[in-house]
Amino acid sequence: MKDLQGRKERIDRGIKVRSDGIYAVSSLREMLYLSGPRLLLIAGLLLLPLLLDPFPYWKRVINILCVYALLAIAFDFLANCVGLVCLGGSMFVGLGGYLAAVLNVHAHLPVGLSIPAAALAGAGISTLLILPCLSLRGVYFAIVTLMYPLLFTRGIEAFDLLGGSNGITGVDSFPGTYLENYIILLILLAVLFGLRRLLIADIGLVMHAVKDNDQSVRASGIDVVRIKSLAVFIASFIGCLGGAYLAHVYMWAGMSLFALDFSIIPIAAVTIGGGGVLFGAVAGCLILVPLSEFLRFFGTFRIVLYCAILTAFIVLKSEGLMAYCTRKYEQFERWADA
Amino acid sequence: MEILLFGIINSVTLSLTALGFTLVYSISRLPNFAHGALYVTCGYIVWLCVNTLGWNYAVGIAVGIAATAILGALMYRFVLLRIRGMEISEIIATYALGLAVIEALRWGGLRGSTFTLPSFLAGSVEIGGFAVGNQRLFVLGFGVFVFAALGLFVKFTKTGLALKAIAQDERAAMMLGIDSDRIALFSFALGSGLSAFAAVLILPLGNIVVETGYNVLIYSIAVSIIGGLGSWGGAIVASFLIGFAQILTEVFLSTQYQMVISLLAIIVTLLLKPSGIFGKQKELADRV
Repeated sequence: MKDLQGRKERIDRGIKVRSDGIYAVSSLREMLYLSGPRLLLIAGLLLLPLLLDPFPYWKRVINILCVYALLAIAFDFLANCVGLVCLGGSMFVGLGGYLAAVLNVHAHLPVGLSIPAAALAGAGISTLLILPCLSLRGVYFAIVTLMYPLLFTRGIEAFDLLGGSNGITGVDSFPGTYLENYIILLILLAVLFGLRRLLIADIGLVMHAVKDNDQSVRASGIDVVRIKSLAVFIASFIGCLGGAYLAHVYMWAGMSLFALDFSIIPIAAVTIGGGGVLFGAVAGCLILVPLSEFLRFFGTFRIVLYCAILTAFIVLKSEGLMAYCTRKYEQFERWADA
Repeated sequence: MEILLFGIINSVTLSLTALGFTLVYSISRLPNFAHGALYVTCGYIVWLCVNTLGWNYAVGIAVGIAATAILGALMYRFVLLRIRGMEISEIIATYALGLAVIEALRWGGLRGSTFTLPSFLAGSVEIGGFAVGNQRLFVLGFGVFVFAALGLFVKFTKTGLALKAIAQDERAAMMLGIDSDRIALFSFALGSGLSAFAAVLILPLGNIVVETGYNVLIYSIAVSIIGGLGSWGGAIVASFLIGFAQILTEVFLSTQYQMVISLLAIIVTLLLKPSGIFGKQKELADRV
């Protein structure tokens, strides 16, 4: 009879409460509690290439995983921190990839210069393209960003630009597989923690406010469009960085860089991992990308599976895995008298 | 003359495909990104009924339209109802569902030119010196008929008025005892049925291929945005604009540019007048 009247209550764990304030530095245990998950992620990611050394195929999977993770972070940042749903992540990849290829093949820039240059130029172009619809709300932004990658592929096809359907070949590759792995892993970690830092800074606060109530932001005398375009620039820079890197890994830039995979997998990863915390995006990719490699022989059926998983998560567990794990890590549950 | 004739037919085709999307958005404010997928699905179901099960063509068409409408209703009931109001989730969920259906069909072997539907009545009619296929005339006739029927339905039946009420002011409509969820369910079924109807009419003109799903979605979105999301009159005007633009590009440039033209049209419209030609939504509500 008693448990019928009881209710489940959630209480913060003692160690969570203790490590919330300045007292966290008083003991090693609290410090470990706070930094544990982060260190685990960093160490895990950095050790991956070493652990997977006997499997060259899976070492290449690390690269694509990191690119997807970058895109997922960009999507999560735009959607859950600024409130812009961008359905066209592949535009960033495509622009970055093509620019890097052009800079490398035609302007003969070395790898170390062509990637950052392509990322910067790609981010500039994307921001300019998206700028007109930034002052719009709701579905418009999603629709326009969905259109752009299609526009690019059709344009390249129709006007036979940039090598047409053959793409640009002969792009330089990286000197070694370890360098290839570690460069993108370090970029991923830098982006992840850098963006986290940005979001707790003043500008991050304003971005959250833009998402929640843009009218009040405007009433405070802050230019909403400027903030939004800054966010789009950051996100597209991250995406283009991934694309430029990918062009050098494949030694080729073609229309498949605008493929649907680059738009849908990051979205699925964010939904599974849980939005708004950026770690969730990485966690989602860590689950989805290896899964997709196992499912490779299913061909396009993989996309069906992603979409099914995605819909199921949206409907049944919209908070995502990350929020669930965080709750378990920080709180415990017990039965209490009602 | 040729341009005028085929322009009109092309425009009616476009507005037929876009009708379902516009209808759903105007009533329930749900962007149905699965619109193109439903369109292809209906074509496939009809093909299955006719070729594999060997049913009568007319029966197959009826089954196809009904099945697609039910599919749309199920989609609303089991997925969209639970996430209504969460804009990001709505977009992602419909997009994902549509993608899943399209890619599943592709995986299931819906490729190549083996999948065709016969036209209702073979042959052609000569108008002003140009041979026009009977199926195109059917599209024209049924298109006009559907618009008229829908207009009358919305004006003169109780359900139609309820649809209109929900579209205009959901809260006030709910206070008058109109069940918003049921109407939204109905609008979703109706919208899916309309896209199926368009598919049945238009698909005999070509092959059933998966890519049609994406193209239909893009064209519907183009028409809806240029006409103003949620405005039916605007959608018709916009489909005439795009339809003639397409025919003109086909005549004077090349077919490849058609898609580029409509995509550019969307972007230019959003640049200049985001609420579309006849957008009823207030500028302030759309713009920050």
